[in-house]
Amino acid sequence: MEATPIISFKHVNKIYENGTVGLKDINFDIPRGEFLVVVGLSGAGKSTLLRTINRMHEITSGEIRIEDEPIDQYKGRALRLLRRKIGMIFQNFNLVKRSSVAKNVLSGRVSYYPTWKSILGLFSAVDRQKAVQSLQRVSLAEKFYARADELSGGQQQRVAIARTLMQDPKIILADEPIASLDPLTTKTVMDILKRLNQEDGITVIVNLHSVALAREYADRIVGLRAGEVVYDQQIADVTETDLNRVYQTV
Amino acid sequence: MITQIPRRPWTQRWHVKPIAWTILIVVLLVTSSHMTGVDVAMFFTNFGQFTDLLMRMSQPAWDYLPVIIRPLYETIQMAILGTTIGAALAIPFSVLAASNLVHNRWLRGGIRLVLDLVRTLPDLLLAAIFVAIFGIGSTAGVVTLAIFSFGMVSKLFYEVIETIDMGPLEALESAGANQLTIIWYAVLPQILNQFVSYFLYTLEINVRASTVLGYLGAGGIGVFLQRSLNEFNYSQTAVIILATLVVVMVIDGVSNHLRRVLL
Repeated sequence: MEATPIISFKHVNKIYENGTVGLKDINFDIPRGEFLVVVGLSGAGKSTLLRTINRMHEITSGEIRIEDEPIDQYKGRALRLLRRKIGMIFQNFNLVKRSSVAKNVLSGRVSYYPTWKSILGLFSAVDRQKAVQSLQRVSLAEKFYARADELSGGQQQRVAIARTLMQDPKIILADEPIASLDPLTTKTVMDILKRLNQEDGITVIVNLHSVALAREYADRIVGLRAGEVVYDQQIADVTETDLNRVYQTV
Repeated sequence: MITQIPRRPWTQRWHVKPIAWTILIVVLLVTSSHMTGVDVAMFFTNFGQFTDLLMRMSQPAWDYLPVIIRPLYETIQMAILGTTIGAALAIPFSVLAASNLVHNRWLRGGIRLVLDLVRTLPDLLLAAIFVAIFGIGSTAGVVTLAIFSFGMVSKLFYEVIETIDMGPLEALESAGANQLTIIWYAVLPQILNQFVSYFLYTLEINVRASTVLGYLGAGGIGVFLQRSLNEFNYSQTAVIILATLVVVMVIDGVSNHLRRVLL
Protein backbone atom coordinates (compact mmCIF):
# COMPACT_ATOMS: atom_id res chain seq x y z
CA MET A 1 0.00 0.00 0.00
CA GLU A 2 2.42 2.67 -1.20
CA ALA A 3 0.04 5.02 -2.99
CA THR A 4 1.01 8.68 -2.78
CA PRO A 5 -0.50 10.35 0.27
CA ILE A 6 -3.06 13.09 -0.38
CA ILE A 7 -1.41 15.36 2.19
CA SER A 8 2.15 15.20 3.36
CA PHE A 9 3.94 17.33 5.97
CA LYS A 10 7.72 17.52 5.74
CA HIS A 11 9.58 19.28 8.56
CA VAL A 12 6.86 21.90 8.87
CA ASN A 13 7.57 24.71 11.33
CA LYS A 14 5.49 27.71 12.17
CA ILE A 15 6.79 30.50 14.36
CA TYR A 16 4.53 33.49 14.96
CA GLU A 17 5.87 37.01 14.63
CA ASN A 18 5.96 37.40 18.40
CA GLY A 19 8.22 34.35 18.65
CA THR A 20 5.60 31.86 19.80
CA VAL A 21 6.15 28.42 18.34
CA GLY A 22 2.98 27.35 16.53
CA LEU A 23 4.15 24.12 14.92
CA LYS A 24 7.41 22.29 15.47
CA ASP A 25 8.89 19.89 12.95
CA ILE A 26 5.65 18.27 11.82
CA ASN A 27 6.30 15.14 9.76
CA PHE A 28 3.54 12.84 8.68
CA ASP A 29 1.52 11.68 5.69
CA ILE A 30 -2.21 11.40 5.33
CA PRO A 31 -3.32 8.70 2.86
CA ARG A 32 -6.29 9.31 0.60
CA GLY A 33 -9.64 8.47 2.19
CA GLU A 34 -8.46 8.53 5.79
CA PHE A 35 -10.59 9.81 8.68
CA LEU A 36 -7.96 11.49 10.81
CA VAL A 37 -8.69 13.03 14.19
CA VAL A 38 -6.26 15.50 15.72
CA VAL A 39 -6.47 15.79 19.50
CA GLY A 40 -4.72 18.07 21.94
CA LEU A 41 -5.23 20.84 24.47
CA SER A 42 -6.36 24.31 23.45
CA GLY A 43 -3.37 26.14 22.06
CA ALA A 44 -1.56 22.93 21.12
CA GLY A 45 -1.61 24.03 17.47
CA LYS A 46 -4.53 21.95 16.16
CA SER A 47 -6.25 24.85 14.38
CA THR A 48 -2.95 26.14 13.04
CA LEU A 49 -2.08 22.71 11.65
CA LEU A 50 -5.46 22.44 9.94
CA ARG A 51 -5.23 25.90 8.42
CA THR A 52 -1.78 25.33 6.96
CA ILE A 53 -3.33 22.69 4.70
CA ASN A 54 -5.47 25.22 2.81
CA ARG A 55 -2.96 28.03 3.32
CA MET A 56 -5.27 30.05 5.56
CA HIS A 57 -2.12 30.14 7.69
CA GLU A 58 1.38 30.32 6.26
CA ILE A 59 4.21 28.15 7.52
CA THR A 60 7.68 29.41 8.39
CA SER A 61 9.69 26.52 6.99
CA GLY A 62 9.28 23.01 5.68
CA GLU A 63 6.98 21.76 2.97
CA ILE A 64 3.37 20.69 2.63
CA ARG A 65 2.43 18.67 -0.44
CA ILE A 66 -1.13 18.05 -1.51
CA GLU A 67 -1.66 15.36 -4.15
CA ASP A 68 2.12 15.41 -4.53
CA GLU A 69 2.22 19.14 -5.36
CA PRO A 70 4.04 21.58 -3.09
CA ILE A 71 1.52 24.27 -2.17
CA ASP A 72 3.73 27.04 -0.81
CA GLN A 73 4.14 28.88 -4.13
CA TYR A 74 0.46 29.11 -4.99
CA LYS A 75 -0.88 32.61 -5.50
CA GLY A 76 -4.12 34.17 -6.72
CA ARG A 77 -6.11 31.83 -8.89
CA ALA A 78 -3.94 28.78 -8.23
CA LEU A 79 -4.41 29.26 -4.49
CA ARG A 80 -8.17 29.63 -4.91
CA LEU A 81 -8.26 26.41 -6.95
CA LEU A 82 -6.34 24.64 -4.18
CA ARG A 83 -8.83 25.90 -1.61
CA ARG A 84 -11.73 24.84 -3.78
CA LYS A 85 -10.82 21.19 -3.42
CA ILE A 86 -10.42 21.51 0.35
CA GLY A 87 -13.66 22.07 2.22
CA MET A 88 -13.61 23.61 5.68
CA ILE A 89 -16.04 23.35 8.61
CA PHE A 90 -15.78 25.69 11.58
CA GLN A 91 -16.66 25.67 15.26
CA ASN A 92 -18.94 28.68 14.81
CA PHE A 93 -20.45 27.40 11.53
CA ASN A 94 -19.54 30.72 9.85
CA LEU A 95 -22.77 31.01 7.93
CA VAL A 96 -24.03 34.40 6.82
CA LYS A 97 -26.87 34.46 9.32
CA ARG A 98 -28.97 37.03 7.54
CA SER A 99 -28.90 35.18 4.23
CA SER A 100 -31.08 32.26 3.21
CA VAL A 101 -29.92 28.67 3.53
CA ALA A 102 -30.01 28.45 -0.27
CA LYS A 103 -27.69 31.42 -0.68
CA ASN A 104 -25.32 30.09 1.97
CA VAL A 105 -25.14 26.69 0.31
CA LEU A 106 -24.71 28.13 -3.18
CA SER A 107 -21.91 30.38 -1.91
CA GLY A 108 -19.81 27.21 -1.63
CA ARG A 109 -19.92 26.99 -5.42
CA VAL A 110 -18.70 30.51 -6.27
CA SER A 111 -15.17 29.41 -7.10
CA TYR A 112 -16.56 27.58 -10.14
CA TYR A 113 -17.94 30.82 -11.59
CA PRO A 114 -16.47 34.05 -12.90
CA THR A 115 -16.91 36.90 -10.40
CA TRP A 116 -19.67 38.70 -12.28
CA LYS A 117 -21.77 35.57 -12.47
CA SER A 118 -21.46 34.82 -8.75
CA ILE A 119 -22.30 38.41 -7.90
CA LEU A 120 -25.40 38.40 -10.05
CA GLY A 121 -26.31 35.00 -8.59
CA LEU A 122 -26.38 33.38 -12.04
CA PHE A 123 -25.99 29.79 -10.90
CA SER A 124 -26.82 27.10 -13.40
CA ALA A 125 -29.91 24.91 -12.95
CA VAL A 126 -27.57 21.98 -12.42
CA ASP A 127 -25.89 23.71 -9.51
CA ARG A 128 -29.21 24.76 -7.96
CA GLN A 129 -30.20 21.11 -8.12
CA LYS A 130 -26.85 20.24 -6.59
CA ALA A 131 -27.59 22.64 -3.73
CA VAL A 132 -30.84 20.82 -3.04
CA GLN A 133 -29.04 17.48 -3.17
CA SER A 134 -26.33 18.69 -0.80
CA LEU A 135 -29.01 19.73 1.66
CA GLN A 136 -30.72 16.38 1.22
CA ARG A 137 -27.50 14.67 2.20
CA VAL A 138 -27.58 16.49 5.53
CA SER A 139 -31.38 15.98 5.74
CA LEU A 140 -32.26 19.67 5.64
CA ALA A 141 -33.78 20.12 2.18
CA GLU A 142 -37.00 21.46 3.70
CA LYS A 143 -35.05 24.47 5.07
CA PHE A 144 -33.94 25.57 1.60
CA TYR A 145 -35.62 28.97 1.79
CA ALA A 146 -35.29 29.53 5.54
CA ARG A 147 -32.97 32.20 6.87
CA ALA A 148 -29.81 30.75 8.40
CA ASP A 149 -30.38 32.39 11.80
CA GLU A 150 -33.74 30.64 12.13
CA LEU A 151 -31.92 27.30 12.42
CA SER A 152 -30.54 25.63 15.52
CA GLY A 153 -26.79 25.23 16.00
CA GLY A 154 -26.76 21.64 14.78
CA GLN A 155 -28.80 22.55 11.73
CA GLN A 156 -26.48 25.45 10.96
CA GLN A 157 -23.49 23.14 11.08
CA ARG A 158 -25.25 20.79 8.66
CA VAL A 159 -25.89 23.70 6.30
CA ALA A 160 -22.18 24.51 6.55
CA ILE A 161 -21.41 20.92 5.55
CA ALA A 162 -23.80 21.21 2.59
CA ARG A 163 -22.03 24.43 1.58
CA THR A 164 -18.71 22.60 1.67
CA LEU A 165 -20.12 19.75 -0.45
CA MET A 166 -20.84 22.30 -3.19
CA GLN A 167 -17.07 22.62 -3.65
CA ASP A 168 -16.81 18.91 -4.59
CA PRO A 169 -13.99 18.68 -2.07
CA LYS A 170 -11.40 15.94 -1.97
CA ILE A 171 -10.47 16.90 1.57
CA ILE A 172 -12.64 18.24 4.39
CA LEU A 173 -11.01 20.06 7.28
CA ALA A 174 -13.20 20.35 10.36
CA ASP A 175 -12.00 22.68 13.11
CA GLU A 176 -13.75 21.70 16.35
CA PRO A 177 -16.99 21.16 14.42
CA ILE A 178 -18.95 20.07 17.46
CA ALA A 179 -17.51 22.29 20.19
CA SER A 180 -20.65 24.43 20.37
CA LEU A 181 -23.19 21.60 19.95
CA ASP A 182 -25.06 19.36 22.39
CA PRO A 183 -24.30 15.60 22.59
CA LEU A 184 -27.16 14.56 20.32
CA THR A 185 -26.42 16.98 17.47
CA THR A 186 -22.75 16.16 17.94
CA LYS A 187 -23.51 12.60 16.94
CA THR A 188 -25.53 13.73 13.89
CA VAL A 189 -22.74 15.96 12.64
CA MET A 190 -19.99 13.40 13.26
CA ASP A 191 -22.08 10.70 11.55
CA ILE A 192 -22.49 12.91 8.48
CA LEU A 193 -18.73 13.50 8.32
CA LYS A 194 -18.09 9.78 8.66
CA ARG A 195 -20.60 9.00 5.92
CA LEU A 196 -18.98 11.51 3.53
CA ASN A 197 -15.68 9.85 4.30
CA GLN A 198 -16.96 6.36 3.62
CA GLU A 199 -19.40 6.95 0.75
CA ASP A 200 -17.56 9.66 -1.18
CA GLY A 201 -14.03 8.74 -0.20
CA ILE A 202 -13.37 12.30 1.02
CA THR A 203 -10.32 12.55 3.23
CA VAL A 204 -11.55 14.05 6.51
CA ILE A 205 -9.38 15.72 9.13
CA VAL A 206 -11.15 16.71 12.32
CA ASN A 207 -9.84 18.61 15.33
CA LEU A 208 -11.46 17.40 18.53
CA HIS A 209 -11.20 17.95 22.25
CA SER A 210 -12.99 14.76 23.11
CA VAL A 211 -10.88 11.62 23.21
CA ALA A 212 -14.00 9.45 23.41
CA LEU A 213 -15.33 10.87 20.14
CA ALA A 214 -11.93 10.54 18.53
CA ARG A 215 -11.82 6.84 19.40
CA GLU A 216 -15.34 6.34 18.12
CA TYR A 217 -14.89 7.90 14.68
CA ALA A 218 -11.22 8.04 13.74
CA ASP A 219 -9.22 5.72 11.50
CA ARG A 220 -6.14 7.23 13.03
CA ILE A 221 -5.43 9.64 15.87
CA VAL A 222 -2.70 12.25 15.94
CA GLY A 223 -1.94 14.01 19.22
CA LEU A 224 -0.42 17.48 19.36
CA ARG A 225 1.24 19.13 22.33
CA ALA A 226 2.89 22.55 22.15
CA GLY A 227 2.98 22.35 18.37
CA GLU A 228 4.63 18.93 18.26
CA VAL A 229 3.25 15.58 17.19
CA VAL A 230 3.49 13.51 20.38
CA TYR A 231 1.17 10.72 19.32
CA ASP A 232 0.32 9.05 16.03
CA GLN A 233 -1.48 5.70 15.98
CA GLN A 234 -3.92 3.75 13.84
CA ILE A 235 -7.18 3.31 15.72
CA ALA A 236 -6.53 -0.42 16.27
CA ASP A 237 -3.38 0.41 18.22
CA VAL A 238 -4.82 3.24 20.32
CA THR A 239 -4.90 2.63 24.06
CA GLU A 240 -6.46 4.85 26.67
CA THR A 241 -3.30 5.28 28.74
CA ASP A 242 -1.19 6.26 25.73
CA LEU A 243 -3.76 8.77 24.65
CA ASN A 244 -3.93 10.37 28.06
CA ARG A 245 -0.28 11.29 27.69
CA VAL A 246 -1.27 13.83 25.05
CA TYR A 247 -3.16 15.75 27.70
CA GLN A 248 -0.37 15.83 30.24
CA THR A 249 0.72 19.38 30.64
CA VAL A 250 4.43 18.74 30.89
CA MET B 1 -10.35 30.67 51.13
CA ILE B 2 -9.94 34.40 51.17
CA THR B 3 -11.45 35.78 54.34
CA GLN B 4 -10.75 39.41 53.60
CA ILE B 5 -11.26 41.31 50.35
CA PRO B 6 -8.15 43.22 49.28
CA ARG B 7 -7.92 46.87 50.38
CA ARG B 8 -8.49 49.51 47.75
CA PRO B 9 -5.71 52.02 47.17
CA TRP B 10 -6.52 55.49 48.54
CA THR B 11 -6.97 56.99 45.04
CA GLN B 12 -9.82 54.55 44.47
CA ARG B 13 -11.27 54.98 47.93
CA TRP B 14 -11.55 58.76 47.62
CA HIS B 15 -12.66 58.64 43.94
CA VAL B 16 -9.76 60.87 42.93
CA LYS B 17 -10.09 60.23 39.20
CA PRO B 18 -13.80 60.97 38.66
CA ILE B 19 -13.63 64.08 40.84
CA ALA B 20 -10.56 65.37 39.02
CA TRP B 21 -12.22 64.84 35.62
CA THR B 22 -15.38 66.66 36.70
CA ILE B 23 -13.40 69.64 38.00
CA LEU B 24 -11.31 69.74 34.83
CA ILE B 25 -14.37 69.74 32.56
CA VAL B 26 -16.13 72.47 34.55
CA VAL B 27 -12.98 74.63 34.48
CA LEU B 28 -12.64 74.13 30.73
CA LEU B 29 -16.28 75.08 30.14
CA VAL B 30 -16.08 78.22 32.25
CA THR B 31 -12.80 79.43 30.74
CA SER B 32 -13.93 78.77 27.17
CA SER B 33 -17.16 80.71 27.68
CA HIS B 34 -15.10 83.51 29.26
CA MET B 35 -12.53 83.59 26.46
CA THR B 36 -15.03 83.52 23.61
CA GLY B 37 -17.12 86.22 25.27
CA VAL B 38 -20.33 84.22 25.44
CA ASP B 39 -22.77 86.11 27.62
CA VAL B 40 -25.24 83.65 29.06
CA ALA B 41 -27.18 86.45 30.74
CA MET B 42 -27.97 87.93 27.33
CA PHE B 43 -29.98 84.83 26.49
CA PHE B 44 -32.40 85.66 29.29
CA THR B 45 -32.51 89.46 28.91
CA ASN B 46 -33.26 89.23 25.17
CA PHE B 47 -35.71 86.37 25.55
CA GLY B 48 -38.57 88.78 24.89
CA GLN B 49 -37.58 89.18 21.24
CA PHE B 50 -37.74 85.46 20.81
CA THR B 51 -41.27 85.23 22.17
CA ASP B 52 -42.21 88.17 19.94
CA LEU B 53 -40.99 86.25 16.89
CA LEU B 54 -42.82 83.16 18.04
CA MET B 55 -46.01 85.17 18.47
CA ARG B 56 -45.81 86.46 14.91
CA MET B 57 -45.21 82.95 13.62
CA SER B 58 -48.13 81.56 15.57
CA GLN B 59 -50.61 82.47 12.86
CA PRO B 60 -49.52 80.37 9.88
CA ALA B 61 -50.78 81.64 6.52
CA TRP B 62 -52.33 78.40 5.36
CA ASP B 63 -53.23 79.83 1.96
CA TYR B 64 -49.48 79.90 1.27
CA LEU B 65 -49.40 76.10 1.43
CA PRO B 66 -50.29 75.40 -2.25
CA VAL B 67 -47.44 77.69 -3.32
CA ILE B 68 -44.79 75.75 -1.40
CA ILE B 69 -45.92 72.24 -2.25
CA ARG B 70 -43.94 72.17 -5.49
CA PRO B 71 -40.66 73.49 -4.06
CA LEU B 72 -41.07 71.18 -1.09
CA TYR B 73 -41.51 68.30 -3.50
CA GLU B 74 -38.40 69.48 -5.30
CA THR B 75 -36.51 69.56 -2.00
CA ILE B 76 -37.41 65.94 -1.27
CA GLN B 77 -36.35 64.91 -4.77
CA MET B 78 -33.06 66.75 -4.36
CA ALA B 79 -32.47 65.06 -1.02
CA ILE B 80 -33.26 61.59 -2.39
CA LEU B 81 -31.05 62.09 -5.45
CA GLY B 82 -28.17 63.56 -3.49
CA THR B 83 -28.31 60.95 -0.74
CA THR B 84 -28.52 58.06 -3.20
CA ILE B 85 -25.58 59.24 -5.28
CA GLY B 86 -23.52 59.97 -2.17
CA ALA B 87 -24.35 56.66 -0.47
CA ALA B 88 -23.66 54.64 -3.64
CA LEU B 89 -20.23 56.27 -3.94
CA ALA B 90 -19.64 55.69 -0.24
CA ILE B 91 -19.91 51.89 -0.49
CA PRO B 92 -16.60 51.20 -2.30
CA PHE B 93 -14.82 53.85 -0.25
CA SER B 94 -16.10 52.51 3.06
CA VAL B 95 -15.01 48.99 2.10
CA LEU B 96 -11.51 50.30 1.33
CA ALA B 97 -11.41 52.28 4.59
CA ALA B 98 -12.42 49.35 6.83
CA SER B 99 -9.47 48.05 8.82
CA ASN B 100 -10.77 44.48 8.92
CA LEU B 101 -10.97 44.22 5.11
CA VAL B 102 -7.98 46.25 3.93
CA HIS B 103 -4.77 45.34 5.70
CA ASN B 104 -2.63 47.73 3.64
CA ARG B 105 -2.25 50.62 6.06
CA TRP B 106 -1.20 53.12 3.38
CA LEU B 107 -4.17 52.48 1.12
CA ARG B 108 -6.54 52.63 4.06
CA GLY B 109 -4.90 55.77 5.42
CA GLY B 110 -5.07 57.45 2.03
CA ILE B 111 -8.76 56.69 1.63
CA ARG B 112 -9.50 57.90 5.16
CA LEU B 113 -7.60 61.12 4.51
CA VAL B 114 -9.77 61.77 1.45
CA LEU B 115 -12.91 61.06 3.49
CA ASP B 116 -11.74 63.36 6.30
CA LEU B 117 -11.10 66.10 3.75
CA VAL B 118 -14.57 65.72 2.26
CA ARG B 119 -16.14 65.84 5.72
CA THR B 120 -14.20 68.96 6.62
CA LEU B 121 -15.80 70.98 3.82
CA PRO B 122 -18.95 72.59 5.26
CA ASP B 123 -22.08 71.99 3.17
CA LEU B 124 -22.70 75.74 2.86
CA LEU B 125 -19.25 76.23 1.34
CA LEU B 126 -19.89 73.35 -1.09
CA ALA B 127 -23.24 74.88 -2.05
CA ALA B 128 -21.63 78.26 -2.67
CA ILE B 129 -18.99 76.64 -4.88
CA PHE B 130 -21.45 74.59 -6.90
CA VAL B 131 -23.89 77.45 -7.34
CA ALA B 132 -20.95 79.32 -8.86
CA ILE B 133 -20.18 76.36 -11.13
CA PHE B 134 -23.65 75.13 -12.13
CA GLY B 135 -25.59 78.35 -11.66
CA ILE B 136 -28.63 78.84 -9.47
CA GLY B 137 -30.87 75.79 -9.39
CA SER B 138 -31.26 72.31 -8.02
CA THR B 139 -28.24 70.78 -9.85
CA ALA B 140 -25.97 72.65 -7.46
CA GLY B 141 -28.09 71.46 -4.56
CA VAL B 142 -27.98 67.81 -5.61
CA VAL B 143 -24.20 67.83 -6.11
CA THR B 144 -23.72 69.52 -2.73
CA LEU B 145 -25.93 67.00 -0.97
CA ALA B 146 -24.24 64.09 -2.77
CA ILE B 147 -20.78 65.15 -1.60
CA PHE B 148 -21.99 66.00 1.89
CA SER B 149 -23.75 62.61 2.26
CA PHE B 150 -20.76 60.81 0.75
CA GLY B 151 -18.48 62.16 3.48
CA MET B 152 -20.86 61.42 6.30
CA VAL B 153 -22.15 58.05 5.10
CA SER B 154 -18.69 56.64 4.30
CA LYS B 155 -17.60 57.14 7.88
CA LEU B 156 -20.78 55.58 9.28
CA PHE B 157 -20.51 52.70 6.78
CA TYR B 158 -16.90 51.77 7.46
CA GLU B 159 -17.54 51.82 11.17
CA VAL B 160 -20.39 49.35 10.60
CA ILE B 161 -18.16 47.16 8.42
CA GLU B 162 -15.56 47.05 11.18
CA THR B 163 -18.06 45.41 13.55
CA ILE B 164 -19.12 42.49 11.32
CA ASP B 165 -18.61 38.81 12.10
CA MET B 166 -15.44 37.73 10.27
CA GLY B 167 -16.40 34.04 10.31
CA PRO B 168 -18.33 33.99 7.02
CA LEU B 169 -15.42 35.78 5.33
CA GLU B 170 -13.07 33.04 6.46
CA ALA B 171 -15.52 30.42 5.20
CA LEU B 172 -15.80 32.03 1.78
CA GLU B 173 -12.04 32.49 1.55
CA SER B 174 -11.47 28.83 2.42
CA ALA B 175 -13.95 27.90 -0.32
CA GLY B 176 -11.73 29.60 -2.88
CA ALA B 177 -13.73 32.79 -3.41
CA ASN B 178 -11.96 35.95 -4.55
CA GLN B 179 -12.07 39.30 -2.71
CA LEU B 180 -15.01 40.80 -4.58
CA THR B 181 -17.11 37.67 -4.18
CA ILE B 182 -16.26 37.52 -0.48
CA ILE B 183 -17.44 41.10 -0.03
CA TRP B 184 -20.61 40.41 -1.96
CA TYR B 185 -21.53 37.17 -0.18
CA ALA B 186 -20.13 37.61 3.32
CA VAL B 187 -19.90 41.37 3.97
CA LEU B 188 -22.86 43.02 2.26
CA PRO B 189 -25.62 40.81 3.74
CA GLN B 190 -24.28 41.54 7.21
CA ILE B 191 -24.35 45.31 6.83
CA LEU B 192 -27.27 45.86 4.48
CA ASN B 193 -29.90 46.72 7.07
CA GLN B 194 -27.62 49.15 8.86
CA PHE B 195 -26.75 50.67 5.49
CA VAL B 196 -30.43 51.26 4.83
CA SER B 197 -30.91 52.69 8.27
CA TYR B 198 -27.99 55.12 7.91
CA PHE B 199 -29.14 55.98 4.41
CA LEU B 200 -32.55 57.02 5.74
CA TYR B 201 -30.95 58.95 8.59
CA THR B 202 -28.84 60.85 6.06
CA LEU B 203 -31.89 61.45 3.90
CA GLU B 204 -33.63 63.03 6.87
CA ILE B 205 -30.64 65.27 7.56
CA ASN B 206 -30.47 66.20 3.88
CA VAL B 207 -34.11 67.29 3.74
CA ARG B 208 -33.34 69.71 6.56
CA ALA B 209 -29.98 70.70 5.08
CA SER B 210 -31.49 71.42 1.68
CA THR B 211 -33.80 74.03 3.20
CA VAL B 212 -30.70 75.93 4.25
CA LEU B 213 -28.97 75.33 0.91
CA GLY B 214 -31.84 77.10 -0.81
CA TYR B 215 -30.51 80.25 0.83
CA LEU B 216 -27.53 80.13 -1.50
CA GLY B 217 -29.73 79.56 -4.53
CA ALA B 218 -29.34 75.80 -4.60
CA GLY B 219 -33.02 75.23 -5.28
CA GLY B 220 -35.89 73.78 -3.29
CA ILE B 221 -37.90 75.10 -0.38
CA GLY B 222 -34.99 77.14 0.98
CA VAL B 223 -35.51 79.80 -1.68
CA PHE B 224 -39.01 80.38 -0.33
CA LEU B 225 -37.85 80.27 3.26
CA GLN B 226 -35.33 82.99 2.56
CA ARG B 227 -37.88 85.09 0.69
CA SER B 228 -40.43 84.96 3.51
CA LEU B 229 -37.81 85.85 6.11
CA ASN B 230 -36.53 88.78 4.05
CA GLU B 231 -40.06 90.10 3.77
CA PHE B 232 -40.58 89.63 7.53
CA ASN B 233 -43.57 87.52 6.54
CA TYR B 234 -43.35 85.23 9.54
CA SER B 235 -46.74 83.63 9.03
CA GLN B 236 -45.41 82.23 5.74
CA THR B 237 -42.19 81.13 7.47
CA ALA B 238 -44.30 79.22 9.95
CA VAL B 239 -46.07 77.31 7.16
CA ILE B 240 -42.75 76.38 5.56
CA ILE B 241 -41.31 75.18 8.86
CA LEU B 242 -44.43 73.16 9.68
CA ALA B 243 -44.51 71.59 6.20
CA THR B 244 -40.83 70.65 6.49
CA LEU B 245 -41.55 69.19 9.91
CA VAL B 246 -44.26 66.98 8.41
CA VAL B 247 -41.87 65.75 5.71
CA VAL B 248 -39.15 64.98 8.26
CA MET B 249 -41.66 63.15 10.43
CA VAL B 250 -42.89 61.07 7.50
CA ILE B 251 -39.32 60.12 6.57
CA ASP B 252 -38.63 59.28 10.19
CA GLY B 253 -41.73 57.07 10.32
CA VAL B 254 -40.80 55.30 7.09
CA SER B 255 -37.23 54.72 8.24
CA ASN B 256 -38.39 53.36 11.60
CA HIS B 257 -40.75 50.99 9.83
CA LEU B 258 -38.11 49.84 7.33
CA ARG B 259 -35.57 49.29 10.06
CA ARG B 260 -38.01 47.09 11.97
CA VAL B 261 -38.92 45.10 8.86
CA LEU B 262 -35.31 44.71 7.71
CA LEU B 263 -33.93 43.71 11.07
